[in-house]
Amino acid sequence: MSTPLLQLSGLTKAYPGVVANADVSFDIAKGEVHALLGENGAGKSTLVKTIYGLVQPDAGTMRLDGAPFAPAEPRAARASGVAMVFQHFSLFDAMSVAENVALGMENPPALNRLAAQIREVSQSYGLPLDPDRIVGDLSAGERQRVEIIRCLLQEPRLLIMDEPTSVLTPQEVAILFETLRKLREEGVSILYISHKLEEIRTICDSATILRHGKVVGKCDPKTTAARDMAEQMVGATLSTPSRAGGRTGDVVLELAGLSAPAPRAFGTALHAIDLELRAGEVLGIGGVAGNGQDELAMALSGEMHVAPGMIRFKGREIGREGVTARRRMGLLCAPEERMGHAAAPDMSLTENALLTAGPREDLVRHGFLRWGRARGFAERVIERFDVRTPGPGTAARALSGGNLQKFVIGREILQRPEVLVVNQPTWGVDAAAAATIRQALLDLAEAGAALIVISQDLDELMEISDRFAALNAGRLSAPRPMAGLGIDEIGMMLGGAHDMAPAQVEG
Amino acid sequence: MIRLERRPEPSRAWTLATPFVAVALTMVAGGLLFALLGKDPIEAIRTIFWDPLFGDFASYSRPQLLVKAGPLILIAIGLSLGFRAGIWNIGAEGQYILGAIFAAATGLAFYPAESWLIFPAMTLAGALGGLLWAMIPALLRVRFGTNEVLVSLMLVYVAEALLASMALGLLRNPDGMGFPGSRNLAQYPSAANPELIVGTGMHWGVVLALVAVIVGQVVMTRHQLGFRVRLAGQSPRAAVFGGVNPSWLVVVCMGLSGALAGLAGMFEVAGPAGRLGIDFNVGYGFTAIIVAFLGRLNPIGILLAGLLMALTYIGGELAQLQMNLPLAAIQMFQGMLLFFLLAIDVLTNFSFRFGRRAVA
Repeated sequence: MSTPLLQLSGLTKAYPGVVANADVSFDIAKGEVHALLGENGAGKSTLVKTIYGLVQPDAGTMRLDGAPFAPAEPRAARASGVAMVFQHFSLFDAMSVAENVALGMENPPALNRLAAQIREVSQSYGLPLDPDRIVGDLSAGERQRVEIIRCLLQEPRLLIMDEPTSVLTPQEVAILFETLRKLREEGVSILYISHKLEEIRTICDSATILRHGKVVGKCDPKTTAARDMAEQMVGATLSTPSRAGGRTGDVVLELAGLSAPAPRAFGTALHAIDLELRAGEVLGIGGVAGNGQDELAMALSGEMHVAPGMIRFKGREIGREGVTARRRMGLLCAPEERMGHAAAPDMSLTENALLTAGPREDLVRHGFLRWGRARGFAERVIERFDVRTPGPGTAARALSGGNLQKFVIGREILQRPEVLVVNQPTWGVDAAAAATIRQALLDLAEAGAALIVISQDLDELMEISDRFAALNAGRLSAPRPMAGLGIDEIGMMLGGAHDMAPAQVEG
Repeated sequence: MIRLERRPEPSRAWTLATPFVAVALTMVAGGLLFALLGKDPIEAIRTIFWDPLFGDFASYSRPQLLVKAGPLILIAIGLSLGFRAGIWNIGAEGQYILGAIFAAATGLAFYPAESWLIFPAMTLAGALGGLLWAMIPALLRVRFGTNEVLVSLMLVYVAEALLASMALGLLRNPDGMGFPGSRNLAQYPSAANPELIVGTGMHWGVVLALVAVIVGQVVMTRHQLGFRVRLAGQSPRAAVFGGVNPSWLVVVCMGLSGALAGLAGMFEVAGPAGRLGIDFNVGYGFTAIIVAFLGRLNPIGILLAGLLMALTYIGGELAQLQMNLPLAAIQMFQGMLLFFLLAIDVLTNFSFRFGRRAVA
């Protein structure tokens, strides 16, 4: 344990207009799990890309096991024993696990030999995975195992994991942590990037906190309170979103046996979903991505049609009604994917305001567009939700993810919905913007609207939901009151049919 | 090293400048081509762009400008609507032929009766003919998911066969002594589409093309249909989320472009062409695709592009006659225009970065 595995000293990287990393120095010891903490835009991904050879630093040096280390490209980093599991998987749906692994290797062995190796690694690290399965049929957790096993086959000395648990159920997280502990025992170091402080307290040995590209703190996460770490990340004291009461009114939305075939290949079919939603309540729907979240949101928004009686809005059958008709009634929706679904990237914010607000904000008359009113509405959204942009004429794609998210959620909230369905409202949004969005959602419920919040972020759901239900393989569990629901019970609700056997780690 | 970097927002300046740069580059490359053929490039370019308007025979060629630009603009306006929505009607040539056949058949059905109702009836029939022909690829795409590019293009050849059979059979002039081709509609007063102002080439089709430019501009900038068309073209998923029914949009765009192409065919057969012969169609439906893109799929741009394209047609003919340039060289010259336009178009969304990769 004398020389650290990786030493970073004075790493600096500037892009036009922004310094992504400024004089970043820290060490990663052999066989430790080291957390890298920070908000979006704090410079975590630039730093990690530097280590992985995707970005060349402007200044500063790295030493790997004492020797100078300056990878010019990922291939060089991999050759030195650095492997990385990305947040967004690069897998081909139509190919098998083994074929996908082979595609990511420099000199892949024959497929049957590789399959045997995959089985062996998957057994010894407790990551259940069948090399012959088609990736399109795998859950998000299983897909991540494909990426991890691809890395492990290279026998890395340093494994970088970018937000590895954002798509996992609590049980899958437990399996992953067993694997990480086993790797640590073998002397592999792990650089672990996450927002989720409780996880970091569970698994990590030390932590480095970044803010605005600088190291602002180092701590032992096992002995530091989560709140302290969060406040170091943000650089301010945090306020928890809150609402006064939990009064609920009449049933406004009813789903009765909502079923629908998968709308596209590798989509998920919905099976007999029953639900009653009351005015003034927030229903949180949890679940791992790909279990029918998008399909449920599309069935509710009207992008996907179902039998008329399957959805009732204030007693009226609306299963066959189109998107515009549902909006006019007061059933609004904010999809997960901002670019290209909730907003048209090349269009201005004014035009994007027209995208959904036409019927309720009176922006169209006799088929003609009222540009003045549309611009006014876009300006109101920008002002009310603190969207950082030069003005409503800016193209949506020029906004950062968090700002665009504030715009698309704000656009629906300002239309005074009676029912609002939001899918992943704070995905990829920094802590301050996420708090704003959550508070706005709670205020909306307080004002009497009914909300369905679909999210993979359990902390978020626990914070804002009155009731909780889980989606699994297109089935929705019976909703239960959020108060008094433990993380274990939530895990069981989420797990459903997946192979959630506890990790079987050898030796 | 030169790299392309995506702009955060599309550049307005380049959007406007692209057609002009493309025309300039076409002149340079075309001049080079003509020089390699052993012709004087300056003279060739002058013959194509200048002589039709101000040369010795300009009094003959000038009216041709509107005669040729009219159908190009009319068809291109219709096509541009679909192109913006990502609906590729490549078969305007066929819809143009069908419009002419429907219109000629309607007019000839009344021959030799005289009534002011005949011309409007032919106009409606022409629009209907183009619309129905365009509905074939539209409905096949909506119902069975076929590719409208392929179907609409193939239907051009079916339409040409139909045209030949009409010119040789059903619609052949009974007094034509066995020659193929219909009666001359231009000499049948109730059906004729005459030159409205002598010496200008202006006929009803040109008038309608100008109206289409204005209506097209209003629809694209102020009407919900134009917004939906742009939305569907840029982000199909966002369009569905915004309440656009993609099937409905395919039918509307294909129908409108077909009807306008049919109208162009109607005005052509009743006016400049006069009769329905086996060689009635001369490629307006295909050239209109270039016009639509050269005009940036923008109605005002299409008006200018249509006039420019008509100019190269007339000038190209002059160059063939006066300088013995081969037809293929002229066609290549016209093709270069679209090639350079699409190439320069990259600059709207990307900017060049010169120098090494790591610019700190």
